[in-house]
Amino acid sequence: MAFAAFSTATAPSTDSVARRRSPVALFLLLPGILYLVLFFLTPLVSLLLTSFQTPREFGDIGQYDYAFRWQNYTEVITTYWPHIVRSFSYALAATFFALVISYPLAYFIGVTARKWPLLQSLMLVLVIAPFFISFLLRTLAWKQLFSDESFVVQSLKALSLLGPEAHVTGTAFSVIFGLTYNFIPFMTLPLYTTLERLDVRYLEAGNDLYASPFQVFRKVTIPLSMPGIVAGTLLTFIPAAGDYINASRDFLGGTGTQMMGNVIEANFLVLQNYPSAAALSIILMTVILVIVSIYVKRSGTEELL
Amino acid sequence: MKLSLGKWLLPVYSGLALLFLMIPIGYTFVYSFNDSLKSNITWRGFTFDKWLNVCNVQNGAVCQAFGNSLFIGAVATVVATTLGTMIAIAIVRYRFKFRSQTSLLLFLPMATPEVVLGAGLAAQFLSLGVPKDMLTIILAHTMFCISFVVVTVKARVASLDPALEEAGRDLYGSAWQVFARITFPLLLPGILAAALLSFALSFDDFIITNFNSGAVTTFPKYIYISAARGIPAEANVLASAVFILALVVVVTVQVSGAAKARRLAKLT
Amino acid sequence: MAVGAFADRGADLELVGIEKRFPGFTAIENLNLTIPAGSFFALLGPSGCGKTTTLRLVAGLEEPTSGRILIGGADVTNQKSFQRPVNTVFQSYALFPHMTVLENVAFGLRRRKIGDPVAKAHEALLLVELDHLAHRKPQQLSGGQQQRVALARAIVNRPALLLLDEPLGALDLKLRRQMQLELKTIQEEVGLTFLHVTHDQEEAMTMADTIAVMNKGRIEQMGEPQQLYELPKTAFVANFLGQSNLFTGPVVSTTSTAIAVDVSGQKIVVPLERAHRISGEVTIGVRPEKLTLHAEEPTYNAGRNTMGPGKVIDVSFSGVSTQYLVAVPGVGTLVVFAQNMAFGPAAHVGAEVWLSWNVEHGFGLDDDPADAPRFEADLDTKTIAQQRRSSLVTELEEA
Repeated sequence: MAFAAFSTATAPSTDSVARRRSPVALFLLLPGILYLVLFFLTPLVSLLLTSFQTPREFGDIGQYDYAFRWQNYTEVITTYWPHIVRSFSYALAATFFALVISYPLAYFIGVTARKWPLLQSLMLVLVIAPFFISFLLRTLAWKQLFSDESFVVQSLKALSLLGPEAHVTGTAFSVIFGLTYNFIPFMTLPLYTTLERLDVRYLEAGNDLYASPFQVFRKVTIPLSMPGIVAGTLLTFIPAAGDYINASRDFLGGTGTQMMGNVIEANFLVLQNYPSAAALSIILMTVILVIVSIYVKRSGTEELL
Repeated sequence: MKLSLGKWLLPVYSGLALLFLMIPIGYTFVYSFNDSLKSNITWRGFTFDKWLNVCNVQNGAVCQAFGNSLFIGAVATVVATTLGTMIAIAIVRYRFKFRSQTSLLLFLPMATPEVVLGAGLAAQFLSLGVPKDMLTIILAHTMFCISFVVVTVKARVASLDPALEEAGRDLYGSAWQVFARITFPLLLPGILAAALLSFALSFDDFIITNFNSGAVTTFPKYIYISAARGIPAEANVLASAVFILALVVVVTVQVSGAAKARRLAKLT
Repeated sequence: MAVGAFADRGADLELVGIEKRFPGFTAIENLNLTIPAGSFFALLGPSGCGKTTTLRLVAGLEEPTSGRILIGGADVTNQKSFQRPVNTVFQSYALFPHMTVLENVAFGLRRRKIGDPVAKAHEALLLVELDHLAHRKPQQLSGGQQQRVALARAIVNRPALLLLDEPLGALDLKLRRQMQLELKTIQEEVGLTFLHVTHDQEEAMTMADTIAVMNKGRIEQMGEPQQLYELPKTAFVANFLGQSNLFTGPVVSTTSTAIAVDVSGQKIVVPLERAHRISGEVTIGVRPEKLTLHAEEPTYNAGRNTMGPGKVIDVSFSGVSTQYLVAVPGVGTLVVFAQNMAFGPAAHVGAEVWLSWNVEHGFGLDDDPADAPRFEADLDTKTIAQQRRSSLVTELEEA
């Protein structure tokens, strides 16, 4: 979703501009900020409150009272710890694969293809093209392509690369594959924006100072493209950890691949167990915020935020 | 010096990677011509029927959902673009208290998983007793679009030379005239980009919608619900049509931009 | 170059039949050049003359279309940049922004696994007097300091050959002068071979032992700075290296020591050993500071050439000297630089004057006058403005 957030990393610094104090600022800010307070901040608060709710005595399913039932947290952790582990490990794997696949592509578009601007913009259009078609249909297309009767799976079985009883869909592989595929553009775009500004003279200087092409890549190119790597991995990791489409049984997942998103959805919308869904949401968000802040600090790219 | 991965290795790899990105798109497009019955899984022959009679299936349920998505996208885009543009101008041009808190408030929605955004809003609507319908979807979509609008427009405002506005005031323009005749036209490309982005985000959103839609069906929600029993080819038709339209718009913008740059280059 | 060891001294650079073609144009055609070990060699020319391409070929950042490059007698044509015993001080400095000054300087040493890189980097920083800033990031330094770090980063490797790509271009005049002297001192101290590419003729003349003037992918003339200045071989050199007054005319008589040229009816004598062509149509010239202004027609003197009368059309005062533009009918506009020995100008606009110069100061060019257009003084502000603009445009295009 967040495919424009990479531009936060690249927006020019505005600190040099002389800013004025004026009541106009209040007029400009207030409606939007109020909107976010009402529809972003207070929902988080009500999510937090819901996560401590207790079932109403003699009440119907889905009826809860405000309380401080912290056991909701220990209960969801003991029940759903495999989902929690799965969410973060799948997201981590998908982020890793998306980075490995996207970096060379972004390097080619941003550095090698500089001489041909038309090719460059054409390739960029192709990178964002998946955004123009429904996320769900794309994922379903992979499901059909990986179904047991599909050409791909039949060929793999004919070549004995896959056992006769094996499936592709419903496995951890297909879920991670789907997450990787769906978030490649989120990874490629921020990588492209930093690599596009990479001054090749630094690479030449590295070469001049006895660094082999591989050493130049490791010592110069990678560190200089760090803002893009950080932005891209965050834009992939965060939505991937919360995703429940790819892991859904109707898409690429199976019973053994359910992630946190799936159980949040099931608890909230099907079981009407709102406190559990809320507690899981709070856990998901807290873990992500902790990971993000540690990661951003360690990679030395605080200015990204 | 280029990384000597071999002169051909990187271009060939990049071509293959882009091809990989196109596979599901191609699949969706091809299967929009499938002469399918209820579900659209096996190839049964080529037909234009689905393109010509998109709305005939299931009493037009696909088109109904598609129309809902267009309407929600349009309203959410207008509101989010207006609010977001105002914030972007304020952030770049004015000094105010709680600046860093404001930035954090704008950043957080982008760093929050959609499932948390969706569940949070749903929990709030539930505790307030607000029934879920079209309005709650629009409220939700507007919320997550605002941050993206701010990010996009902010970059444009920051690149705008404040001296242009000062010149406008110097030449006897009132505050409103300066905004209407100078600031707004110069920001327009950024605002349009932000609006397109908002619309795309809203149109394709499923996760947040799923939590806040009640009985209303949007296009992605329709696909999600039908996924279990099979998607009709008409859904592929609509998605392909949107894809082609978006591609035409983007390519036109890119090509005309390149042509403009070339003409500028000739002038100097 | 052997990993883990320094070159003990500078090495010869030899370019043999180098040609470099890019799609659409030829940057360098048939370049042959030898730069002796331990010398400070300047490649001087306007932008687009091929000097930067030559430097990049030597550094290994470009491959020649044909020809060979030898360093210290060894053929390095097929070696990659990182394998060559060559270091460059880049025009933009290209200091790695993600490393401290010290890490930048130690970078090459670490890549070559030379022992004790940190101590050696500190030594190099001491040489450029910046050791106290070793732990800063390059962005926190001034332009002059960055330039010195770039120099330290290159010389710490003791390359057989150090390439300087207009490294002083971004500095202001005063700092540039200071850096020119420092560079020259360091070169003499460390005894490396320096190849300096520049479009600044003063810089080249101040620093280099030998200058090659390059134009349109070819070397026009090569020699010691003074020789190049006093006896230019082509109109291009005569005008790129300082200014010149050039005249064209047929050789009317030749003696064993001199030739006489008829310039619009005025007989101008040039010593034979200073004339590159001695018959037919020739172009001859004299430097503006060699001219003397006379308010009255000077009496005949066999040792001096006389020209005039002409009219002073412009006088501009520049502190040390005053520049006069004198229009001589049939000849054109001549430039005269006169030292300000007394207060006030020696002649006013509109005054009728004669010009004279020592016969020994004249020179005869090798150009065929039919090829080269008759010289016009290019000193009016319009031309200067145009040149500035076109150089700015190319600079912008390159960026």
